This record gives sequence, structure tokens and C-alpha cells, in this order.
Amino acid sequence: MVQDLIDELGRLPGIGPKSAQRIAFHVLTADPADVRRLAHLLVEVKEKVRFCVECGNVAQAERCRICLDTRRDPTVLCVVEEPKDIVAVERSREFRGRYHVLGGAISPIDGIGPDDLRVKELMVRLTDDVVTEIILATDPNLEGEATATYLARLVKPMGLRVTRLASGLPVGGDLEYADEITLGRAFEGRRVLDV
Amino acid sequence: MYLSRLELSDFRSYPSLAVELPPGVSLFLGLNGRGKTNLVEAVGYLATLASHRTGTDAPLVRAGCDSALVRAVVDHDGRPVQVEVLITPGKANRARVNRGPVSRPREILGLVRTVLFAPEDIALIRGDPGERRRFLDELLVLRSPRMAGVRADYDRVLRQRNALLKSAGALRRTGRGDLATLDVWDAHLARTGAELLGARLELVADLAPLVAQSYGRLAGPDATGPARVAYRSSVARDLDPDQSREHLTGVLAEELCRRRREEVERGVSLVGPHRDDLTATLGEQPARGYASHGESWSFALALRLGSYELLRSSIGPGGGPILLLDDVFAELDSSRREALARVVRQAEQVLVTAAVSADVPEQLAGARFEVGAGTVSRQP
Repeated sequence: MVQDLIDELGRLPGIGPKSAQRIAFHVLTADPADVRRLAHLLVEVKEKVRFCVECGNVAQAERCRICLDTRRDPTVLCVVEEPKDIVAVERSREFRGRYHVLGGAISPIDGIGPDDLRVKELMVRLTDDVVTEIILATDPNLEGEATATYLARLVKPMGLRVTRLASGLPVGGDLEYADEITLGRAFEGRRVLDV
Repeated sequence: MYLSRLELSDFRSYPSLAVELPPGVSLFLGLNGRGKTNLVEAVGYLATLASHRTGTDAPLVRAGCDSALVRAVVDHDGRPVQVEVLITPGKANRARVNRGPVSRPREILGLVRTVLFAPEDIALIRGDPGERRRFLDELLVLRSPRMAGVRADYDRVLRQRNALLKSAGALRRTGRGDLATLDVWDAHLARTGAELLGARLELVADLAPLVAQSYGRLAGPDATGPARVAYRSSVARDLDPDQSREHLTGVLAEELCRRRREEVERGVSLVGPHRDDLTATLGEQPARGYASHGESWSFALALRLGSYELLRSSIGPGGGPILLLDDVFAELDSSRREALARVVRQAEQVLVTAAVSADVPEQLAGARFEVGAGTVSRQP
């Protein structure tokens, strides 16, 4: 039975056989109440959490917390690949608009085209003329860039402001340790200093 | 630069090996099948992250083991740097510099630079265009490690675009076409393709005179000549290496537009530097198909010697590449042997393998190593 637990844990993303073993033995010695709470949460999350009909974020009701929040700016839309990207952007507390989750990026190798992403839903949201700017926050890799370019071309004729997140140097880093691609991007995206 | 130490674990035939190397010439002697080539292959792997003998990593790992380790100490003008790569087939390789892990193995490129001469080089003249593109791209990365990223990006765009064209072709036949995203991939292909194309054009412009000069030295005054190399683009003739990347992007984009129907019908990318070639001509005739065996060999060696000269001059003192000569003397007549020896002995370090010492010209005297089954020992 312990081996079954180890096997199941090992199937989770990011957990190798050694970590799985460690977690399994930790569970064996842990407080029964803690373990029960974890098991209960796992089931509850799976049963109760669904996806927001508006933006595609995880939600406990028909709409997610952010779409229901009337204090958020409805004119700015941030387009991301996955719900976990929303968590990352929210952590910065810089963005006060709303989101749209695509559910991935265009990648013909994996058979993913625009029809497999929530692109139609995005276009529908843009037709009511509330949104004036969309921020393309897809991943800064080839597939993310391609998706951003595709969306930009699609949305541009609608007269919206289309922006892309800057990519460049990490804050608090050293120039000499930046890899050449990041540094190249940072040069491309340089800006005039206002003094 | 020179390697002062080489260590192997479970690499090819070596369970465990550590050997100290001097600057200058080192000669590795041993019977066939004892693992001489494995040594130069390991050093070459540190420089290019690929083997010159195989396209996959699995044969590099000793039978029954999961991974192979290549570690070396390279001396840059008196400053020792330890570089290592752990090769695990089916998984990402891991690399370390001075015992510290680097985030991507690509980051070690440039720390060890080599130019390898091997019997396989004859394919540079007689083989498919793919061999010559690989030769150019490897040299490109040795000269400017940044190009490894450009190459990887281009390959990825190409694979994505081919996947799309393939599925688009299939969809079209059934009456439902989806080419909406092809424009996006075209733009990416044109941009990264222009970057690669421009870099190759510049490289060939710099390399061509050095190859001609090296061929002259190897083949002697009576040979057919001159030996010329030129870049042949599948997109346009007479591309100038001084043209801006924007211009090349435009040229590629235009051609992509022109041949789109053909590409969709055939389901593959027909436009881009992955269809280009390096042409080699001897006098008025193409070397491929016309040159004799000896001439083809001299031409292949001239390409390698030209590469060496190019790297030596573009990187400056102390940064010149290490020369690896894998069993090449056996294929050459005595005048070519001596001509080659005269040039290569000026390098900071030369590692030579041979089955018998009689094959190696006397000018290349240096440290001698005996290669046995899984062992390498220095001879007094």
C-alpha cells in the first residue's frame, strides 16, 4: 500500500521517485488530522473548482473572484496562457485590470492552433467596446511570441491599444551574468530616460 | 588555449580515465579499436556539444551505464578553467564550469575551441549539402557562441512551421483549411532565417581566402587550382554579406510569399537557409564529382585548416583553437603529410592519433601516449 502511494505521488508533475518516497514516509508519520485535511482538500478542489465563463481563470462560482470584483478596471485586459500566470501577475500587485486565459499557446508540433485556445471567447469579449487596451502576456518563448503576434494581428484592426510585456534584464541582476538572448532583447526594448 | 587535463567516466570504452596533457604536440598511439578516436571525440564534444561520429548521444555512453562524464581543465593564457558535461541520453545534458552548474549546457560553448580533422571529413566534399551546412554552423558557433541560440531558434521555428504545413496540407485535401497562423510562422522564419543566413554569408566571405591559401600550401605548386568556396543560397543568387538583416528578412519573406502554394502542397518548408549549400570548386570544375580522391582530401583538409586560421585570427593570442588530428596522416601522401605537419605544429596544442608512429611526420615530435584497452599512459 505504501508503494502504491509512492507510485501515485511520483506521477505528479515535478516529483521524482525520491521525493515521492520522502513525501509518502512523511505522510506515514504526520498528524492524522493534517493528512485528513489534505485528502479532503484534494477531493474538494477537484469537485468544486471550475473555470470562469468570462476569463477562463479558476473559479468557485460561475465567474471568478477577479471578474466579480467591481473595483477592477474593465478597460484593460491582460492575456495569459494559463491560470497560474494570473497568480504570478497578481503577486506583483501592479495590474488592476482583468484577465483572459488562453489555455496554452499556438504550437503546431503539439497540434495546437488558435481554435484549440480560447481565442473566439476573447474576440467576443472585445466586441462590447469596453476594453481599450490589451496586454499580451504570453510566455517569452517562441510559441508565446508566435501567439502574441497572431493575436496582435487579429486585434489591431479593431482599433485597440495592443501592448506586449517587456522582456529583458532581471531586477537586481548583474549585466555580465545575463545571457546573450536576454541582453539582446533588453537592447531592443530600451527606452528613453525621462529626466 | 590548451587542455592540461582530461577526465572521462563511462565515456565510450573508458570506465574511468584521467590524463595530464602538455601544450604542444601529443601523440596517441595504439592498435585499432582501442579507443584513440574516443579521446578526440570527447574533447570535440566539449567544444561543440556534439560528436563528429554520431548524431545521437546514446553511443557515447559505455554499455550498461546511464550517463557519461567528460571533464577537462583548459588553460587560457595561464588561467585554468574546469569544464565538464554530463551526457545522459534521453535527458538534458548538464554542464558545470569551475564546479558551478550553468543553467544551460550551451553556456560552456567558447570555453574550449577545437578544430577536428577526421577521416569523415571527406564527406565535406563528397557528401550531401547537410554535411557542409553542419560544418558552417559549427564554425559559426565556435567563432561566436551567440549563434548557438540563433540556430536552436531557427530549428524550432522550422519544426513548428513544417508541422503546420503538414497538417494544413492534410486539412486542405479534406476541404477544411487553416492557414491563419502560417503568416505568423513566416514572419518568425524570415527573421531568424535572415539572422542565420547573414552570419553564414559573413563567415564564408572571411573563410574563402583562407581555404584557397591552405589548399595551395597542401597541394603544392603543380596542383589544379585555385580552390574556391562560395555560399549558395536557395533563395537568391549573389547575396552580399554586407546586406542588412532587414534586407535579408525582406528577401526571405518575399520568397516565402511566392512559393507558399508549393509549400502547402508538399507540406514542407522549401525556403530558408536549411536548403542552402557551400559550393566547392577546383579551377573551373565543381570539386564534387570531378576532383580525384587525393584532391578531395586536400580540399577537405583545406576547409579545416582555413577554419583554424580564421578562429586563430579572429580570437587573438591565447584563444587559438586546439587542433585534433584523428588518424588523418594514413590517408595522405608524404608531401601532403609534411605540408600539414608544418602548419599544425604552430598551434598551441595538437592532439594526434595514429595506429603506427611511422604514419606521423617527424616534424610532429612531442609527448607520446600509449592507448590500451581503457587506459592511456604516457611514454618516457
